[in-house]
Amino acid sequence: MSPTAKPPAPRASSGIATWRAEPETAAVQLTDVTFGYDARPVLKGITMTIPRGKIVAIMGGSGCGKTTILRLIGGQLRPQSGEIRVGGLSVPDLDPDALYDLRRKYGMLFQFGALFTDMSVFENIAFPMREHTDLPEELIRDLVLMKLHAVGLRGAAQLMPSELSGGMARRVALARAIALDPMLVMYDEPFAGLDPISLGVVGQLIRRLNDALSITSVLVTHDVYESLKIVDFLYFVSEGRIVASGTPEDVRASHDPFVRQFVDGAPDGPVPFHYPASSYRDELFADAG
Amino acid sequence: MPAELAGGLAYWLRRLGGGVTGAIAQLGYVARFLLAVLWHTPAAFRRIQLTLREIYFSGVLSLVIILMSGLFVGMVLSLQGYETLKRYGADEQLGILVALALVRELGPVIAGLLFASRAGSAITAEIGLMKTTEQLAAMEMMAVNPVARVVAPRFWGGVISMPLLAALFSGFGIFGGYVVGVRLIGIDAGAFWGQMQAGVDFWPDVTNGIIKSVVFGIAVSLIAVFEGFDAKPTAEGVAGATTRTVVISSLAILALDFVMTVFMFRGAASA
Amino acid sequence: MNRSTIDLWVGVFVAIGFGAILFLALKVGNLLTLDRSPGYRLEANFENIGGLKLRAPVKAAGVVVGRVERVRLDPKTYDAIVTMRIDSEYEFSKDTIAAINTSGLLGEVYIALDAGGDPQMLKEGDRITKTQSAVVIEKLISQFLFEKASEASGKDQGGGQPAPAAKGAEGAKK
Repeated sequence: MSPTAKPPAPRASSGIATWRAEPETAAVQLTDVTFGYDARPVLKGITMTIPRGKIVAIMGGSGCGKTTILRLIGGQLRPQSGEIRVGGLSVPDLDPDALYDLRRKYGMLFQFGALFTDMSVFENIAFPMREHTDLPEELIRDLVLMKLHAVGLRGAAQLMPSELSGGMARRVALARAIALDPMLVMYDEPFAGLDPISLGVVGQLIRRLNDALSITSVLVTHDVYESLKIVDFLYFVSEGRIVASGTPEDVRASHDPFVRQFVDGAPDGPVPFHYPASSYRDELFADAG
Repeated sequence: MPAELAGGLAYWLRRLGGGVTGAIAQLGYVARFLLAVLWHTPAAFRRIQLTLREIYFSGVLSLVIILMSGLFVGMVLSLQGYETLKRYGADEQLGILVALALVRELGPVIAGLLFASRAGSAITAEIGLMKTTEQLAAMEMMAVNPVARVVAPRFWGGVISMPLLAALFSGFGIFGGYVVGVRLIGIDAGAFWGQMQAGVDFWPDVTNGIIKSVVFGIAVSLIAVFEGFDAKPTAEGVAGATTRTVVISSLAILALDFVMTVFMFRGAASA
Repeated sequence: MNRSTIDLWVGVFVAIGFGAILFLALKVGNLLTLDRSPGYRLEANFENIGGLKLRAPVKAAGVVVGRVERVRLDPKTYDAIVTMRIDSEYEFSKDTIAAINTSGLLGEVYIALDAGGDPQMLKEGDRITKTQSAVVIEKLISQFLFEKASEASGKDQGGGQPAPAAKGAEGAKK
């Protein structure tokens, strides 16, 4: 598998923001994006394509910039150079009103859920509906119950977030992320800290909802096992660059050392075991003589 | 001068300069934050429930400590004041002493300090925690402005609660002073209230006290929401922000009190 | 904690808060006891107003009939010109005496009006001609000592010690 294998090339975008007009247009397109905090560069030229209706995983070690990519797509950060297009719109150039409109079409699942702790499960999911629509309460109630049913937690509607287990909280957050039937859902470490059953449940939900609602999903994670089961395409990021990409079959069969180390969970490889230090011998004998 | 000394001096000068510019930059940042809060005020009041809820949490839940403290302060004022006034045969002026001390100074200031430590720190902790658990980011990604939804209602909840709490503090304090002065010590009730009414003017005494409490309310609420919003999203960050709220609010109250007292009451001394 | 409970408590809180403000304004302060009725202005000149302050009361027979509105210095005579606002329901004769008194030894300074028998009444803007300045304690003391000194020197005309007594009076005047 070559490090630069791409999914089927999208048609050139004509810049129209509506979805139904161009079904083959990539939902998200990053072109040579760089980003850094002051002097420290985090992303050094990222190019990735996320086709509509697909689930794409962005994988890498901790601190390699995966969450930063999500923030760039969401418009919370501005790249120093490069293009970020969502549905043909250039995200960094949007004015606040346009960004507001764009975000209403997003759903985001934060690490550990980020549920509003002062509201019940029901109210958490009703929140985006109440904020962005004028739907009457009866309709909102039905919609909330539908979303909860989709994630299997309809009976937990009146619980408070503090009363939920990790897996349940994650599922509620998922229900909240799809509350307004978004076009793009971003998942920040959806598998972090879950027990095996919840892992399976969340993974299956991501796949099923993606297909049922025809949404596009971007997964940021380092859980290889679960990702390979559900995604359509993977990007591997290391030290701010894309080092490998491919479909799950490509990845499983890959001979690329980085991919291999990641998939096999080997302690040493392209990502070194030892933090950079001077020679062991020298340091041990430093005080002698 | 020797190179080392010059180097050391330069180092400290640079740090001082950096500190000053840093402080000014921070002030500018806070000012912009205040403008943002004010800008989003209409949203906070359109959803009046949000602000009402915050008035409950800042004001109603502070009632116990405010009323009890007011009562005790008034009683102590009465006791101490009586001892001193008696020496000049002016013990009938006790009513004026207690009332003026409370209404002009102690009411707004002490209620402000108590408010900062109880409600102010709670607000900072709450907002800081929401930031740490990414609830604010989640709101942002759902296209809901967190300043409008979380910050502005808490700010106005504090601003509205403060003057009411200060008035309640003063009122209970005067009642405490009455209980000790008239009931316990035995000063004539008529003299107590009569002298008080003659000596305490609505303008400037009561109104200046109210103005002070409003200013304190704005200061404390702004510092509380700012520190929470600006906190580092870690446990230590939130803890530090909470402490800073109490410390900076208290200092701000005392400093503003001095400045306002100079402007408000210097006229009273001259004919 | 449901909505109606919060609303109730907030309502109670705001109500008692405003109640406290009202209490401070009316019971503690003197918001309503300030003269509501429009008054008329009178002026009076004093050599020395002592500790008379703005809004000090103007009393007649111990009853508050007005307030001091303005105090300024006459640039020609170097007297103090006091402007008072008197309640319109009271009238004072043209030969009323205005004196500056202190209630008690350390009490507040006020203007006492003593009405005379003149059938003509003072009107808006009139000046009270008969005034009595404030008693300044220092002058009283030095006057007292001076009198004592003259008494002493008057008694022993022949060979007394007038000098030390006079010196004593000098010292007291300072």
